Amino acid sequence: MSGYLIRRLVTMPFLILGIITITFFLSRVTKGDPLTAIISEQQMSNPEVVAAAKQRWGLDLSLPEQYLVYTGKLLTGDLGTSFTTKRPVLQDLLERLPATLELVIAAMIIGTVLGIALGVLAAYYRNGWLDHGSRLFALVGSSLPVFWSGLGLLFIFSVQLGWLPGPGRLDARLQPPPMITGMITLDTLLAGDLAAFVDALHHLILPAFVLGWTVTGTISRLVRANMLEVLNQEYVLTARAKGAGELRVLLHHALRNTLVPTLTVIGHSFAYLITGAVLTETIFAWPGMGSYAVEAARALDYPAIIGVTVVGGVTFLVTNLLTDIAYMLANPRIRLS
Amino acid sequence: MLKHQDKSLLSVRNLTVGFQVGGVTLDAVRGIDLDVARGEVVGVVGESGSGKSVAMLACLGLVPRTARVAGSVRFQDKELVGMPQSEMRKLRGSRIGMIFQDPLSSLNPVLTIGSQIVEAIRLHQPGISRKQAYDRAVELLDLVSIPQPDRRVSQYPHEFSGGMRQRAMIAMAVANGPDLLIADEPTTALDVTVQAQVLEVLKSLRDRLGLGIVLITHDLGVVAGNVDRVAVIYSGRVVEAAEVGALFRDPRHPYTRGLLSSIPKLDEKRERLFSIEGTPPPLGRRPTGCAFHPRCIYAREVCLKEEPALRLAGASLSACHFADSLEQMPVHQAAAGPETTEVHQ
Amino acid sequence: MASSASVPRRKAPEWLTIPLLVGALVILFWIVVAATIDFWAPYDPLALVGRRLQPPSMAHLLGTDALGRDVLTRTLYGVQYSLPVALGVVVAAVAIGSLLGGIAGFFGGLIGAAIMRLVDITLSFPPVLLAMAVAASLGPGLTNAAIAMVLVWWPVYARLMRGQVLEIREREHVEAAVAGGAGRTRLLFTHILSLCWTPVLINATMDFGQVVLLAASLSFIGLGATPPTPEWGSMVSDGAIHFYQWWIAFGPGFAILTVVLGFNFLGDGLRDMLDPRTH
Repeated sequence: MSGYLIRRLVTMPFLILGIITITFFLSRVTKGDPLTAIISEQQMSNPEVVAAAKQRWGLDLSLPEQYLVYTGKLLTGDLGTSFTTKRPVLQDLLERLPATLELVIAAMIIGTVLGIALGVLAAYYRNGWLDHGSRLFALVGSSLPVFWSGLGLLFIFSVQLGWLPGPGRLDARLQPPPMITGMITLDTLLAGDLAAFVDALHHLILPAFVLGWTVTGTISRLVRANMLEVLNQEYVLTARAKGAGELRVLLHHALRNTLVPTLTVIGHSFAYLITGAVLTETIFAWPGMGSYAVEAARALDYPAIIGVTVVGGVTFLVTNLLTDIAYMLANPRIRLS
Repeated sequence: MLKHQDKSLLSVRNLTVGFQVGGVTLDAVRGIDLDVARGEVVGVVGESGSGKSVAMLACLGLVPRTARVAGSVRFQDKELVGMPQSEMRKLRGSRIGMIFQDPLSSLNPVLTIGSQIVEAIRLHQPGISRKQAYDRAVELLDLVSIPQPDRRVSQYPHEFSGGMRQRAMIAMAVANGPDLLIADEPTTALDVTVQAQVLEVLKSLRDRLGLGIVLITHDLGVVAGNVDRVAVIYSGRVVEAAEVGALFRDPRHPYTRGLLSSIPKLDEKRERLFSIEGTPPPLGRRPTGCAFHPRCIYAREVCLKEEPALRLAGASLSACHFADSLEQMPVHQAAAGPETTEVHQ
Repeated sequence: MASSASVPRRKAPEWLTIPLLVGALVILFWIVVAATIDFWAPYDPLALVGRRLQPPSMAHLLGTDALGRDVLTRTLYGVQYSLPVALGVVVAAVAIGSLLGGIAGFFGGLIGAAIMRLVDITLSFPPVLLAMAVAASLGPGLTNAAIAMVLVWWPVYARLMRGQVLEIREREHVEAAVAGGAGRTRLLFTHILSLCWTPVLINATMDFGQVVLLAASLSFIGLGATPPTPEWGSMVSDGAIHFYQWWIAFGPGFAILTVVLGFNFLGDGLRDMLDPRTH
């Protein structure tokens, strides 16, 4: 088992290099002219401006040269400069990372809690209406286009009912908290601004639910299957024979034994959520990495696209690796053998 | 019923347990009577599928919600059949302890032995602190002869040997000083030498704590020398009940006789062990008349038609039409092809 | 051995489950719409047929959009883009993936290793991001979006196919001794075909829905279909601009949901039906 882990660790750098290579060549083998994203149409007819721009952005070099320069820069943490914001991509991304993290973590919590609760209930009331209902809810969640369900829920809860605020992270009339972690819910708490915290939380609920719903199905399905198996185990009978109540039997004895495999699927869902955030952020005007990626793709801003894809790919890889490590640590039988 | 006990601890009367299968109720237990007194070990013997475990689980309300339980189970003057789960929970694990066949699968693999015993204690004595309960768990492990209990208490079940696991299970079952212990095949999954140790632990607990014990087993060999009285169960009914000595000396039911002759004996050299041919009828495929007749080497016409009642024969209660005359009965050699066990219903 | 007896639960034709039936009906509905819509469409999907931004009425059941086109008509026409794109992407991904995975499993060696490394790298991208990056590089358009999705999807099937081939080859060694020579290759292929179609079919059915979803997402971002194509994703995108006219986005979004849900149900049902392990 640890041999497998070492092999995973060793192949990591190669996979990351592969990610960089693929994204680089993708962005350069292109039909659209990246110059159009840098300079205006009128200036395109001016050869001097074009040449200057090409030189400035390194577009005058041959492809292999551009690749070497780019990879070399990446290794020093330089993701290049965005065509549109004219700022280092890394700086742009770091600035937007906390918003994405905040959204994804909140979505993860909602998705996990819902998924586990539905899975447990579905297993306990196997083949009852609750079982079928939770299966339907989960399947709908993984079939919903978030860019549509987000709109719909915004319309219902914000416009029609007025229960929740519209897009964004904080009411415009409120003073944003001093930036510490970059996650507004945390920063408002740290600043001791309770009103702003409640408002930030209200803003977070809808996008986090929309995103979290998409992974509920994967989690609840796994939890249900594992719970069904565990509930047939003799130690569940032992727990009942001890005089434990049903809730205690379900949560303390049965669910605990399903947590290790559940942890794996939660970890992989986390990676999935990072990409799901792309569309959710767009709908909710959430200033994270996802909406940055969409803006970059729309503007054919190649350094930004590559940057966000590389960072997304590496995050994906690392999250999955950490999940597998956590899986091994969490399982006492594997840990000790 | 069997020698009326003055201070009967558990008294089961006409217990019936049925399961709903495809709209039909199939009875797994069909009117069982059983008594257990303080300080007494009662053996409940039968093949797997005979309903012996289901009967005892039903006493504790541990059968699925869909199961139908009827009859009467009195425990210390409380009626357990129909008792609300919330009240039943107070009895389980405190007044009545239970242990199961496979100690590996009956202990929770992700919790330490200690925390599982602590849980058993604190569920019923919430006033005890975690620390006190932990000390008590160490004492209990010591009581069931687990070496180095203070170290063992914080280990996981997979770090224990099979015999130690079963002793830990026993420690957990007696954690709150119960009056009754139900042991469901406690030795079946263990090696022969370890079996003896576990049975020894059970008997010493009976002596020290004055427990009443129900020992469920499929092996009459386990019963010999370890119990006071025996009830033999076949197809959901008691077919013979007697003091253990009488049962071994003078069995009054063909099934008991079959079971007895399948016990290996040290003083006899036989080519191969005798065993009863065929298998017990599955639920819903119970033959007419005496449920045992397809496998019975004495079966007669009447056995196919009438189900015999339990009645006194010699020193036993036996449910056989020929309980008084088994000695003189001719035996047919070719009893019991599996085809005779096919659907009668 | 403890409590309940084993209980036969399901009745009659065991494979005919409600999800399978519902999924099949929904997909059938959309296929019929795609094939016949030209004959009974209430309006021309591209024509301006009424006042702009009209709420649902008897004349326009789902209202009109920002240009005065009938939303219901456009929604129904949308399936003519979604299903063919999904079909193309899945078929191409299965073909390419199976071929490369088959080669990797069959020949192994350097080629096999190279293919599988490419698979590993591709699979280590978050799918949506990679598809976005590829689609952006190729430029907007439904065909380019489809190519991007094939590039994202083929490795799944390569991995699946390689695993199957390796497993079959393992067993094959025994039987090969009997068959010998030219018969061996043919035997291998018949085995592969007979054994692989189940997992591939289940996966492909589920993926149909996911491709529809991703294609719509790319169009929503502006990397897929271009106006005035009545594609569902770009229609929802129009609806997002006119947020308060909810009906513009409702139809196309609901259509996506039904198609994806239909394929998920169908795949789920197929898995129950074909995969003995789930019983």
